[in-house]
Amino acid sequence: MRGTMPDSSAFANFAFPQKYTHVNAVMIITRFLGHVGRYFQLLGTAIARPEKATMYYRETMRQMNDIGVGSLVIVVLIAVFIGAVTAVQFAYQLQDSFVPRYYIGYIVRDTTIIELAPTITCLVLAGKVGSNLAAELGGMRQKEHIDAMEIMGVNTASYLIMPKIIGALIMVPMLVAIAAFVSVLGGYIATVPVGLISHAEYELGVRSAFIPYNITLMFIKAFVFAFILTSVPCYQGYYVKGGSIELGKASTNAVVFSDILILLFDYLIAVVFT
Amino acid sequence: MIRTEELIKAFGDTTVLKGITTEFYPGKTNLIIGRSGAGKTVLLKLLVGLHQPTSGKVWYDDNDFFSLNKKAVRAIRMQVGMLFQASALFDSMTVEQNVRFPLDMFTNFTAKEKAMRVDSCLERVSLSGANAKYPSETSGGMQKRVGIARAIVLEPRYLFCDEPNSGLDPKTSIVIDELIRDITVENNITTVINTHDMNSVMEIGDNIILLYQGEIAWRGNKDQVLESDNEFLQNFIFASPFLQRLRQQALANGGE
Repeated sequence: MRGTMPDSSAFANFAFPQKYTHVNAVMIITRFLGHVGRYFQLLGTAIARPEKATMYYRETMRQMNDIGVGSLVIVVLIAVFIGAVTAVQFAYQLQDSFVPRYYIGYIVRDTTIIELAPTITCLVLAGKVGSNLAAELGGMRQKEHIDAMEIMGVNTASYLIMPKIIGALIMVPMLVAIAAFVSVLGGYIATVPVGLISHAEYELGVRSAFIPYNITLMFIKAFVFAFILTSVPCYQGYYVKGGSIELGKASTNAVVFSDILILLFDYLIAVVFT
Repeated sequence: MIRTEELIKAFGDTTVLKGITTEFYPGKTNLIIGRSGAGKTVLLKLLVGLHQPTSGKVWYDDNDFFSLNKKAVRAIRMQVGMLFQASALFDSMTVEQNVRFPLDMFTNFTAKEKAMRVDSCLERVSLSGANAKYPSETSGGMQKRVGIARAIVLEPRYLFCDEPNSGLDPKTSIVIDELIRDITVENNITTVINTHDMNSVMEIGDNIILLYQGEIAWRGNKDQVLESDNEFLQNFIFASPFLQRLRQQALANGGE
């Protein structure tokens, strides 16, 4: 009947019909595959001969500065605390045990190099850089800047995305290397001056049983994560439709999907390479 | 010359353009007019390739635009300039950098040659000295003129203007219209303007098509507007009672 609200108790035992859940699942999978296809299509278009090498070079330098230099402070800050917390907590766990205390240095070194430096750094960068890239490209799409460039004859996928990916592929591994070094330093600062461990013990731990392959593993992760944390947000931003709410959603999606993919590939790399 | 052939564009179940066949001539200001939602912007975006047609063709001289390969499309686009409704100036660049962008991207000019070309374009749109300003520091009319300067810096053969007068006062609109017309005639450009500004229609309408619900309801030029008895055209151009009275008076005075 028009104008009357249905009784809320009528929905108390409501269950979504089975046939509709199937339809929903198919729709979700179709949409997901559509996004995957369009993502690779965009990357395919982005890999092209630059119209003007100097313009791409200049843009790449700008991105390296924004992504690398612009993120240095936050990366160092987080790395210090990661190292410090790892060291302090491991020291706490070693209390009243027979494990030698120099293991603190050893554990801090290996956990940061293999896992914490690349993964945490890139998760943080996915938040900082990823949301920024999605917002930048999304804003350009909404203000018709991308259309304007397309009409000029610019391959916008290439000009706007490739410099960002290349910039990240160069700078993120450097940031990760710095983060690993600073984390080990953070572990030292948190334990040695307060007497949890001596300088000699920490140094012994850091130097003992070092496996150079772990550094390779760290850089493999850094490269893969760098690609994810730029390409996914660029995809999200490039295809934004609508207004500021959609732009905000794209920015959020960029971070969420980048983080999920980083963690997924972290696992896959661990399985494949170790 | 640009020619469209049975151009149809549908978005889902909604057909926005229903078989547009028309021609846009060089050295003339070609106007696409019509009420909001008539399909003007969709037609303009089809002409520049920002939309793909559902069916039909767009010809740039003898080139079927939508059957060209990417390289050929890019070659045509380098001969295209476009003025956007909201100007679409890159807001993190100065006026000079905006106008210079196509030169940086597509030419091997020296810095001095680029500077000369930019200055001459800015002078052409009466913006000499505004080089260092950012778009946010300029008025709407100035932004339109910067947009025109950027559109003509590569000396295009085709110029597209999407609502060049929107958001401008009548006086500034006239300045923009005159500027576009002068540039069109001087350089023998095929200019296509999408507008619902009545002054533009009456002042610079060398070749006009009126779109109504996705179809061409009338075609002609500014001299034929007053005397045409096309119902759609009269309802659109002389929409208010005041303008209708003006039209009656003008007709009574022999079109003066």
